[in-house]
Amino acid sequence: MNAPALLSVSQVETFYGRIQALRGVSLDVHEGEIVTLIGANGAGKSTLMMTICGSPQARSGQILYRGHDITRTPTHQIMHMGIAQSPEGRRIFGRMTVMENLRIGASVADPSHFDRDIERAFALFPLLKERRNQRGGTLSGGEQQMLAIARALMAQPRLLLLDEPSLGLAPLVIKQIFGAIRELNATQGLTVFLVEQNAHHALRLAHRGYVMVNGKITMTGTGVELLGREEIRAAYLEGGVH
Amino acid sequence: MVLRGPRTAAATLLADLVVTAVISLVIFGVMVGLRTETIPGGLKLVPRWSAALGLAAMVVAGRLMLHLIWWNRKPGARSAWSPAGMMPDWARNLKLSGRFVRPATLIFALVLPFLPFTDRYILDLSILVLTYVMLGWGLNIVVGLAGLLDLGYVAFYAVGAYSYALLAHYFGWSFWLCLPVSGILAAFWGIILGFPVLRLRGDYLAIVTLAFGEIIRIVLLNWYWFTGGPDGISGIPRPDFFGIVGFERGPGGFADTFGIEYSSLHRIVFLYFLILALALLTNFVTIRLRRLPIGRAWEALREDEIACRSLGLNTTTVKLSAFATGALFAGFAGAFFATRQGFISPESFTFTESALVLAIVVLGGMGSQMGVVIASVALIGGFEVFREFEQYRMLIFGLAMVLIMIWRPRGLIAGREPSIFFRTRKTISGALVSQGEGH
Repeated sequence: MNAPALLSVSQVETFYGRIQALRGVSLDVHEGEIVTLIGANGAGKSTLMMTICGSPQARSGQILYRGHDITRTPTHQIMHMGIAQSPEGRRIFGRMTVMENLRIGASVADPSHFDRDIERAFALFPLLKERRNQRGGTLSGGEQQMLAIARALMAQPRLLLLDEPSLGLAPLVIKQIFGAIRELNATQGLTVFLVEQNAHHALRLAHRGYVMVNGKITMTGTGVELLGREEIRAAYLEGGVH
Repeated sequence: MVLRGPRTAAATLLADLVVTAVISLVIFGVMVGLRTETIPGGLKLVPRWSAALGLAAMVVAGRLMLHLIWWNRKPGARSAWSPAGMMPDWARNLKLSGRFVRPATLIFALVLPFLPFTDRYILDLSILVLTYVMLGWGLNIVVGLAGLLDLGYVAFYAVGAYSYALLAHYFGWSFWLCLPVSGILAAFWGIILGFPVLRLRGDYLAIVTLAFGEIIRIVLLNWYWFTGGPDGISGIPRPDFFGIVGFERGPGGFADTFGIEYSSLHRIVFLYFLILALALLTNFVTIRLRRLPIGRAWEALREDEIACRSLGLNTTTVKLSAFATGALFAGFAGAFFATRQGFISPESFTFTESALVLAIVVLGGMGSQMGVVIASVALIGGFEVFREFEQYRMLIFGLAMVLIMIWRPRGLIAGREPSIFFRTRKTISGALVSQGEGH
């Protein structure tokens, strides 16, 4: 791919106080791709996701989004540039209804598209439509994840960042959610950057993947390629296949 | 009587109450409303209509309570938490009657000064209650909506009061000019407080706001040449009738201009309506803001700050606007307090006041507007009722608080009305609302 990447991370280093979490991470996400970042607990996957969003900011290195340097841009401004995030642990607004959650998700979007967007979100996750007047905290884990993704989609993003959408969910629900991500990518051409521990599902879904170990990218390749690699199978897949 | 659908139930209830009212009016009208007295040459009828009306009103109110609480309890309903009935029955009926309670409360507040039993004492007490209602509604924005625990709210009340007092004292500005200025100055101080506490939440935020409240009070106490220190400021001008006429006796006064008989109550009634209007303004603005993006952002901030940021909300602006809006109304209330008292000193702005307003908000149910009204009437009215038991007052007050927190741990009115709804509006039961952090 020769076209400039939609999101380009180069040599990023992030610290929590004196502890270094990312050690010179570089990766690219091109328009229309699903790219996944897999790795074990504490490898720095979520840190990279949060660094892209500017919280915490990278100490060195550069993050380019559509050619703009967003390394030092405040989080709320990054979210106005067409990047939306479904954070780790879902973080939906528990006391507010599904509708209110979606409405807040649309804060940065053009309000005239709200009705169209909400219909689209409900078409993607029909369960949410049934539960639209229900309080977010009363939803099941899978429904909350759907809500978190739908809420991010309400911002009309070009790039969707998903942080562990399969966390703590039943295999059947994971399938449903990954199916929805594939559909979004195939029908709407939405670019997705997916951080996952569930390597098997993530690599099967993604066009390309990166593997992170101790804050460094150690391997990269297409999803199928990585799935076939012996090291990957040994480290992330054996015994973990659902 | 078991209430069925909301509409039929409300109609049946209303019909029943009307019948009750008619029957009790007939009975009490004859037996209490007319009294016979012996006069030379026979008997004389002395009408006592207000007593009869009062009794009838009590009977109707009692029957309403019986309907809502006692007669409507289904067996086992208290413990049945089916998804269809997430609220206990009586809470649902309370909600149902909420449609009547709110307008009824408003109408009662509007006609109160003209009711036959209203005297100077009741008016003064009502003004006090309304001041706390307004403060409660203002604090509700900060604590109830934005979830920022503010223990120094009285600081903004003090800023408002001193703004008016000092501007009037040094520059002779009128109340109507100072009212908005006091609000704006208080809002400005709200932002000043907001900046250092932007990164704080929960306990840490509470401590800093508590300290801020004390700082303001201690500065007022020690800045002797400017604020008068512990002596306070006296001779604060009373408000006039919208800058047109004053309330003094004699030609050119309110009574003279409008051709009515002079009464010292005119000023009090005017103050009553002034604070009522200010409180209703607070309520109206809050209700409107909740439906706007800024209000929703406040509530989202209360629920999850990180999620807010990840959705592109600027949490700095959201927090500062909550502090500023809350402080604005405290400033208005403070200016009103100063003009009503005519004298202010730092003693009126101690931590106890902050705690009282916070108690009103928590007791009423965080985020609930009607709850604040009920809690203000109960707390401030309760203080008055138990004034005779001076030493035991705080004891009873504390006991009542403990009991209420056992029975209704999330406040008297714990439900939260969604600000946006698809087809039907549904209150979210407080029983399913987590305490403290909303996860």
